[in-house]
Amino acid sequence: MSMFRSITIGQYLPGDSFLHRLDARSKLIALVFFIIAVFVVNSYWGYLFLAVIVFVLLLFLALPLSYLLRGLRPVYYIMIFTMLIHLFFTKGGTVLFRIGSLTIESHGLYLGFFMVLRIVFLIMITSLLTLTTSPITLTDAIEYLMGPLRKIGVPAHEIAMMMTIALRFIPTLMEESEKIMKAQMARGADFESGNFFRRAKSLVPLLVPLFVSSFRRADDLAVAMEARCYRGGEGRTRLRELQAAPRDFFAVAVSIALIPILIYFKL
Amino acid sequence: MSAIEIIRATELGYKYSSADTGEIWALRNINLTINKGEFVAVLGPNGSGKSTLAKHFNALLLPTCGRLWVDGLLTGEAVNHWQIRQTVGMVFQNPDNQIVATTVEEDVAFGPENLGIPSGEIRRRVDEALKLVGMYDYRQHAPHLLSGGQKQRVAIAGVLAMQPRCLVLDEPTAMLDPRGRREVMDTVRRLNREEGITVIFITHFMEEAVYADRVIVLGDGEIIFQGTPEETFRQSSLLRNHGLDVPPVAELAEELRAAGLAVPDSVLTVEEMVEQLCR
Repeated sequence: MSMFRSITIGQYLPGDSFLHRLDARSKLIALVFFIIAVFVVNSYWGYLFLAVIVFVLLLFLALPLSYLLRGLRPVYYIMIFTMLIHLFFTKGGTVLFRIGSLTIESHGLYLGFFMVLRIVFLIMITSLLTLTTSPITLTDAIEYLMGPLRKIGVPAHEIAMMMTIALRFIPTLMEESEKIMKAQMARGADFESGNFFRRAKSLVPLLVPLFVSSFRRADDLAVAMEARCYRGGEGRTRLRELQAAPRDFFAVAVSIALIPILIYFKL
Repeated sequence: MSAIEIIRATELGYKYSSADTGEIWALRNINLTINKGEFVAVLGPNGSGKSTLAKHFNALLLPTCGRLWVDGLLTGEAVNHWQIRQTVGMVFQNPDNQIVATTVEEDVAFGPENLGIPSGEIRRRVDEALKLVGMYDYRQHAPHLLSGGQKQRVAIAGVLAMQPRCLVLDEPTAMLDPRGRREVMDTVRRLNREEGITVIFITHFMEEAVYADRVIVLGDGEIIFQGTPEETFRQSSLLRNHGLDVPPVAELAEELRAAGLAVPDSVLTVEEMVEQLCR
């Protein structure tokens, strides 16, 4: 069962900080520039500079750093893998270590840490967005920002609606899969022993009923939405209209300014 | 159609065809009128066509033959559907499968948002609807953390926010525990009494039909009986023939009458029976 409990989608923490009050659209735009800035960084000094900014933002939130670092758990393996690749395959500098024909050289160590820090920063700043923005306003913002793409046939409203419904039904489907699992276990099914392939195979009797019931739910929901006058995005209004304030322009401006600063000072 | 009617069906029939079973008439020759402000219970065993009929009331299904008017609008004409669905709100059986959004208030706002109402007015309607069903304190909650009865009340609020004049509830209590069933029933009765909303309550629980002004009994796609709850429960053999049970209290009253006690027909709930017997 524990495998379901550990999945948390949307780690939104309700609050009233500066970051919470920012418009979701400006946060998304700022995030994009911040991500570009992380890739522009050229030295550890650059990371120190970004770390100061992240730290200041954390002060606004009054959250411990551990909250941001929690988001790193799913990418531990990617971080370790990145580190190992660079340790063994990036050559240059002095040889620090030698095992048979494999060598670890100083450039590899330097670049390995550098790349791992890049991942850490990417996760941390993305977490700053997801911690302070409710999933529903985030989908609204995505819908708004994708609006211009509608002209070339991107179904912006439909994508946002699908994301909302997915977010709504994830907990429901998890509850349901737990229920099905318990029902199967009561009849002797074994989900926990055996190697990877055996365990994957034992999920089939879980997935089949889950799929069948998902289709029924989808059908029911479509009828219920139609009964409530849903007919696509056209002419729809929102309970909470997105509203940009001066602070939003400030936030976007700061995030854009990061890039020339990093380039100019060769950080 | 007279001014006091909200729904009128004449010789309505609905046929569906599937590959396995061929053509089946789910509804045949339905003639009924429902007046504004009325509380009508539609009773019937599984497969009697109750849900099919319910889906006709807000044009989710269209009659194969015959006609259905909602507030003077013919459901057969596609241009009317938008208006009809605002007039008649629909609550379904499974509370989980009709909640769209990730918070209670966002879900209640879904209907008004579709109608293109300005956001200030949506906010007012959402708050009002949530207060009417007693879920205002839960407006920020995620729907999956609510009980069945609470979810169903949220679904009712979602419909109320569109300010319908008629509420069709398709077995809204079938998946709830007794407490949730009572919550939903109390809410619906209050909306009918205090807000003057016409209620069409579809159920197979006999006890719930007791509160209605009128009961319509469906069997095999046809109306087999119409009358007040008192009149309906006197038809115990007819009901049993169609696989429906008479509520225990009505059954007790019937046996007491057979044994020579003068129990009036109006006794349908446990409280009324207690009062009658203790006199």
